[in-house]
Amino acid sequence: MTSGFLQFANHYLMWNEGPLIWISDALIVLAVVAIVATLTYTKRWGWLWREWITTTDHKRIGIMYLICALLMLFRGGVDALLMRTQLAFPGEHFLNAEHYDQIFTTHGTIMILFMAMPFIFALFNIVVPLQIGARDVAFPYLNAISFWLFFFGALLFNISFVFGGSPDAGWVSYPPLTELGYDPGPGENYYLVAINLSGIGTIATGINFLVTILRMRAPGMTWNRVPLFTWSVLASCIVILAAFPALTVALALLLLDRIAGTHFFTVLHGGNPMMFINLFWVWGHPEVYIVILPAFGVYSEVVATFSRKAIFGYKSMVASLLLISVISYLVWAHHFFTMGAGADVNTFFAIASMCVGIPTGVKIFNWLFTMYRGRIRLTLPMLWTLAFIPNFVTGGATGILLAAAPEDYQYHNSYFLIAHFHQTLIGGVVYGMLAGMYYWWPKMFGFKLDEKSGKIAFWLWNIGFYVCFMPQYALGLMGMQRRMYTYPANMGWNTLNLASTIGAYLMGLAFLVIVWQILYSIRHGERDVTGDPWDGRTLEWSLPSPVPEYNFAVIPTVTARDMWWAAKYEGQMEHVRPRAEDIRDIHVPKHTARPFLIGLSFFIAGFGLVFEWYVLTAVGFASVLCCLLLRALEEDDEMVIAADTIRQHEATLGRV
Amino acid sequence: MSVPDMRHGRDGGGRRQYVTGYVLSLVLTAIAFVLVAFHVLPVPLLLVLLMALAAVQVLVQLFLFMHVTEGDGSRVKGLAMGLGLFFTLAIALGSIWIMTFNSQVQ
Amino acid sequence: MATRAHAMGEPRDGGTRALALEYTHAEDRTRILGFWIFLATDMILFGCLFATYLVLRTHMDGGPTPATLFDMKGFGAETLALLTSSFTGGLATLSMRDGRQKSVAFWMSVTIVLGLTFLGIEASEFAHDAFIGAVWQRSAFLSSFFTLVGTHGCHVTFGVLWMLVTLYQVLRRGLTPRTARKVFVVNLYWHFLDVVWIFIFTVVYLTGMVM
Repeated sequence: MTSGFLQFANHYLMWNEGPLIWISDALIVLAVVAIVATLTYTKRWGWLWREWITTTDHKRIGIMYLICALLMLFRGGVDALLMRTQLAFPGEHFLNAEHYDQIFTTHGTIMILFMAMPFIFALFNIVVPLQIGARDVAFPYLNAISFWLFFFGALLFNISFVFGGSPDAGWVSYPPLTELGYDPGPGENYYLVAINLSGIGTIATGINFLVTILRMRAPGMTWNRVPLFTWSVLASCIVILAAFPALTVALALLLLDRIAGTHFFTVLHGGNPMMFINLFWVWGHPEVYIVILPAFGVYSEVVATFSRKAIFGYKSMVASLLLISVISYLVWAHHFFTMGAGADVNTFFAIASMCVGIPTGVKIFNWLFTMYRGRIRLTLPMLWTLAFIPNFVTGGATGILLAAAPEDYQYHNSYFLIAHFHQTLIGGVVYGMLAGMYYWWPKMFGFKLDEKSGKIAFWLWNIGFYVCFMPQYALGLMGMQRRMYTYPANMGWNTLNLASTIGAYLMGLAFLVIVWQILYSIRHGERDVTGDPWDGRTLEWSLPSPVPEYNFAVIPTVTARDMWWAAKYEGQMEHVRPRAEDIRDIHVPKHTARPFLIGLSFFIAGFGLVFEWYVLTAVGFASVLCCLLLRALEEDDEMVIAADTIRQHEATLGRV
Repeated sequence: MSVPDMRHGRDGGGRRQYVTGYVLSLVLTAIAFVLVAFHVLPVPLLLVLLMALAAVQVLVQLFLFMHVTEGDGSRVKGLAMGLGLFFTLAIALGSIWIMTFNSQVQ
Repeated sequence: MATRAHAMGEPRDGGTRALALEYTHAEDRTRILGFWIFLATDMILFGCLFATYLVLRTHMDGGPTPATLFDMKGFGAETLALLTSSFTGGLATLSMRDGRQKSVAFWMSVTIVLGLTFLGIEASEFAHDAFIGAVWQRSAFLSSFFTLVGTHGCHVTFGVLWMLVTLYQVLRRGLTPRTARKVFVVNLYWHFLDVVWIFIFTVVYLTGMVM
């Protein structure tokens, strides 16, 4: 009996692997107990179910994405600190090689797929319908499904560390290392299944927001009047729809190799490992553009608002967004210049990779020209935007260096590469997401985040960033390779590694300050009573904060770009301000548990696939089909918010 | 760019569309099969012809069966298909190009 | 009543001519558009499977080759079945626009039967292949062949189930804008699967027989 349990504990729970596992287990148990206890004590289970788990409201879904993104930022950040601690000194044994591999794998996967993606989806959901004057997205039910698929995919991935073992072959998961012969066990399966699971949700989000922007803009909002953040979402969705199917195929084929014995990427029987790498990067490169385009959109909004000027070069901004979305699709081979595809192939992709920087350059100049002669206010969103510019430009410049294929033979897989992509991803994407979070937070929650602690976090993070990553460029040039769990003491890398670790800890500290900032501001943050705390330019600022369930009591008519600005200062208020006599009944989708249940069913099916317990898989998929059937046969999925209720609500807010 | 109306059923115009599409598809398919069965053409030319026949049949189905020009947003549907095709070709042809150096590996 | 989905493209001449049933409501038009976009992603998905097949199809590892595997009568019959089912599906859409519920049910049933015929022939083809040892674990060529064609087959299977559910709704609830849209969308999916099959029989089967 006990020996059976011991076997289980060692094999699946990995209790023989040391304190990292035990501490993680303890933290997870504590967190779950705390959540359950709080909900029970405050009698909020019903509220949680009604208002959040079964919601189809884009604003709620956006907030859930945001919470998940911040939690994953924490987890990925802890992974980073563990790695940097291990590398602070040569020859350390804080982490053994196997754990180090698992940690850099989860760090990369979580940061890109389970932090950056939900962060942009949070902003998609929170902002787009409000900016275009709509009441919700085109497919609210599908929107909820997207969230729960993401949630359960992330959950599946995260439990791997404490049940079965995490993947350990890098966030890119290359065969032949990831084939069964070299990487047995569930770890790699977790990676393949969990990412594909949330990938389905991502494709659905892409379709949803594309159709929303195409079909649900308020009357009068021609393409020429669409806000730049919404344009960036459109461009991002195009890339999502074009890229994610490739990831689905790549991961599915590798999974088949592992669980069905096929030979796509094996070394024997005709398989070709390079094909995985090819397919993976067909997705992988567009992926980083998927996350940066919305960040660009945020910057456009923030720069215009806090320079009190319309954005410079609107048309070229739009053109550059669309150009980036297409060109970014044609550069993928630069991730494997060194694999020997041939000089002609490398040349084409090198030149294409350099070309993709041009539209981005146009954007940078346009932001600068917008700020020139503007009346700049140094709020938190603006600070992060200003910091982004030198940071991302430097990272982008090193990208051009990497794009030169012959040079890349020196840089590839060294710390130079690591510094480059962290600079563009953190300096570009994370800064943009933080700026967006600070900017739209009052719209969602009705209060601003505290400026003072925010500024402390900002400076800590920025200083920490440069201290962490600038030495890594040097380390790369000195020959330090990526994914090394330790290094010898006589390479001359010691000081720079230590400096890099200190920088990482500064960023960790900054994150803690942000957490404190949020908790503090819930109580003491400046309340937003007007709905327009920044003197904004676009339609979301015409609504109260937090936004009522139905968004707009009366859909506005759009007569200009930056419609809210035109309403306030150019006499167009009558098109935006609701009038009591125009208010009608509004139909909204009912709350439904099925998106949550579909996610859960996929989780069960996926769990079965990971461990090859196919009964679970069959049960899970059968349950999904049942949910689909019930949805197909559903007749009555809407409820009405009565016009009187709306009129009353608007009246109490002083709007009619 | 028209929104389809009920007349499409009533006056047999729609039926004609479908029958034409079906017959055309059968003919194009038959030509392809016959060309392969009777193997007279040199292989490279044959391959080009097969792809051309397939492409034409896809257009036939797209326009006559799938009503891609119908409804509002027909420009978007066309654009979606066009972009989808562009990306599909980029992947397929790009992959073949990148991977050809390796084609000696059996 | 003000519906939540505010549509941009109201039909320009909705006045004198009656609209085809599935286009009368903005929400249904939106769903049709959304489905077209989904089809674009499915196209790219198949594109990746085709790319994999094209790269790996010469990697037979000394095992079964396309020439030994592909039988013109078999895939010819499959093609005929699927193409005809695409046609009969179209006739179902046509009947729907005529408002003839029984005719819709009839043509959808025919389409389903033809779809099942396709699947039956394909299943027997795969069973025969397995019998002679041509399984997907044998070589990269076989892995990619069975995955490409099999994924299409899975899509067809799902399509058959979807058609059955739609047929049930048409019988139960008659032809409303909602069921009309459902008939239209499932047939769009079905036509798309035939388009993919055109590429499969061209690039996989016919090409495989000549190379």
